[in-house]
Amino acid sequence: MLTKRIIACLDMKDGRVVKGVQFQNLREAGDPAECAGEHARNGADEIVLLDITATSANRRTLLDSVRSTARTLFVPFTVGGGIRQLEDASAVFDAGADKIAINSAAVREPELIGKIAGRFGSQAVVVAIDAKRVERNYRVFVAGGRISTGRDAIQWAQETANCGAGEILLTSMDRDGTQSGFDCELVRAVAEAVSIPVIASGGAGSPRDFIEVFREGRADAALAASIFHFGIENISQLKRQLHDAHIPVRWPC
Amino acid sequence: MIAIIDYGAGNLVSVKKAFAYLGAEVVVTNQPAMVAAANRIVFPGVGHFSALQALDQNGLRESMLQAVDAAKPILGVCLGMQWLFEGSEECSAIAGSAIFPGKCAQFPASVKSPHVGWNSLAIQDGSRLLKGIPQNTFVYYTHSYHAPVIAASTATSEHGRQFTAAVERENVFGVQFHPEKSGGAGLAILKNFCEI
Repeated sequence: MLTKRIIACLDMKDGRVVKGVQFQNLREAGDPAECAGEHARNGADEIVLLDITATSANRRTLLDSVRSTARTLFVPFTVGGGIRQLEDASAVFDAGADKIAINSAAVREPELIGKIAGRFGSQAVVVAIDAKRVERNYRVFVAGGRISTGRDAIQWAQETANCGAGEILLTSMDRDGTQSGFDCELVRAVAEAVSIPVIASGGAGSPRDFIEVFREGRADAALAASIFHFGIENISQLKRQLHDAHIPVRWPC
Repeated sequence: MIAIIDYGAGNLVSVKKAFAYLGAEVVVTNQPAMVAAANRIVFPGVGHFSALQALDQNGLRESMLQAVDAAKPILGVCLGMQWLFEGSEECSAIAGSAIFPGKCAQFPASVKSPHVGWNSLAIQDGSRLLKGIPQNTFVYYTHSYHAPVIAASTATSEHGRQFTAAVERENVFGVQFHPEKSGGAGLAILKNFCEI
């Protein structure tokens, strides 16, 4: 039976892993290769590395980090941040990523999804969507959550799937870093609107939150960063609790 | 030397990296002469079945079939495994190698497709490739089409229906999952292949 994935996310700034609350107030947590290896040993089903301050100036730093992280990592490895064109994606794949995540660039140029999928396969293209509740709807934000696009998050998710996205990484900006639980309503709305896997992100704080997002939110995978980095929730213990709650997970692993 | 076939589809870095980690000498190539020189062949692949068209254009199909005749160990991964069958509903214009009978098909509408993530293996006794791999081991998949369960299937997984997770006959091996992305169990499978 296909299991629900627990994904550890490393937010990286200038080659170091950091984590903020609601995209701000960054705290440092370590070396990306070391963090990734530790998460994988603890049972993370997948690793995501997001360069949250990606600029052309530190592109070399990102590629170096990808290379050193990928070297001894044998679980799926997704990299995002600053990928604006096919060439950027190619360089990240060459450095050892299995999937790339694109966000702002996909909004600006939806054809980019198909271009990368055409060359590397849909399974290698994750479209990251940062969604925030605005009145009764969820709106898509870009540029690290700074700019509203006015787009509806559910419609945009469907559009990316039609363009060739292989998975959707859906972050609730309202919940990001708060450890107050995933936005199950948002996740479910997107998961029911697309056939590709949806990775829920933003708000993980306790095992109960994961159980809810898999049951109520219909998520295929759940991603968390801060709770894993600071040792609040051990991934292997989390998976045991999910297993005990009859959520299918890769455990023992 | 292990030749990893590069037919222009997808990303071969992970496969190469995993074999290099195991200490194997690997070369990524699209040259039939290199395939002929290798003593083991890995045929990876992700994406659409139509990508396999490139095999016919540069003589790789012929060189791989020669390697099969010469009893060199061959490992097809994901789309590479599907090529070992007769073909796929995904692209009926492209023929597989028909080393194994049956055609690859889509998953039933009752389950999500693509099938992405970790799923468990039901392993048959006697597989050389899966030697030492415990029953119910989890491996990582990402695919939309699957091969039918046949007599040569050595492991199956379930997603809406049972499908072939691994297949082998003599020195021809195929896995639908990605051993290079399946943690320690995946590395153990690749190590088995290196030692066949």
